Amino acid sequence: MDHITTEDVKKHVRGYVIVFVALMALTIVTVAISYLHLDVTAAIIVALFIATVKGSLVASYFMHLISEKRLVYLTLILTVVFFAALIGGPLLGLHDTIQ
Amino acid sequence: MQIPYTVAARPDTGLHNSKLGIWLFLASEVMLFGALFSSYILLRVAAPEWPHGSAILNVPLATLNTVVLIASSVTMVMSWASLMLKDFTKYRRYMGLTIVCGLVFLVVKVFEYGAKFSAGTFPGEDLFFATYFTLTGLHGLHVVGGIIVNTYFWGPGSRMWNTEPRRFTNRVEVAGLYWHFVDLVWIFLFPTLYLL
Repeated sequence: MDHITTEDVKKHVRGYVIVFVALMALTIVTVAISYLHLDVTAAIIVALFIATVKGSLVASYFMHLISEKRLVYLTLILTVVFFAALIGGPLLGLHDTIQ
Repeated sequence: MQIPYTVAARPDTGLHNSKLGIWLFLASEVMLFGALFSSYILLRVAAPEWPHGSAILNVPLATLNTVVLIASSVTMVMSWASLMLKDFTKYRRYMGLTIVCGLVFLVVKVFEYGAKFSAGTFPGEDLFFATYFTLTGLHGLHVVGGIIVNTYFWGPGSRMWNTEPRRFTNRVEVAGLYWHFVDLVWIFLFPTLYLL
């Protein structure tokens, strides 16, 4: 994002408006689905899927991750690995019983 | 003393230092919230029963806050775009709107917390409310931090635009990355706590 032209920025602005509309629509969908009273597993999968799509839109367009430098991606890949360990690690021991 | 690479990108990283700095900081923030999310999942999965968020929390208010925070992300990125287009007046307008949205978010949160406290519900009530107040409280503190930084760049800090416009634009971009991260955390907190 360090060498962008005025035209590039104008294009970005149009993109921001589209992403904003998409985020609003997905928020409505998230709330609407919660009123369908799906079973817990389905509700978690759907809600987190929509949240992931929304989060990806924010990260890709507002945080410009769609066109970032390699070092930022490397930093984030490392973060994702540790984050996955942080979430998944404790779950592995969930069914352990205290002797 | 001149601080290096506040404007130009470092040849080895391809980034100006503040941008690399904020991404490393955000990586540490992911781990902070990740630890809390991990705790939440463990507590919830192991609990004999867990209340449905929508039955005991105010979903319409939280939905309003989601809309407000997403709107603030748009105004934040528009404030940066305005600087890139060299329109300082628009920058001030969009940054001002971002600050207002942040304050609206906090006011709604105060109403939400107030309703719970006046009903005698505190963090010690049960596991659900312990995690609810911890997660939303920490997120709220991040919103407060963002508002303070944004207010500085809207007010006294914006004088840098007259002397070093490119450096100021980079500062606003970095503040924006933080603000979008705070929005991103809320995007996950909202369904997790209120709708599931």
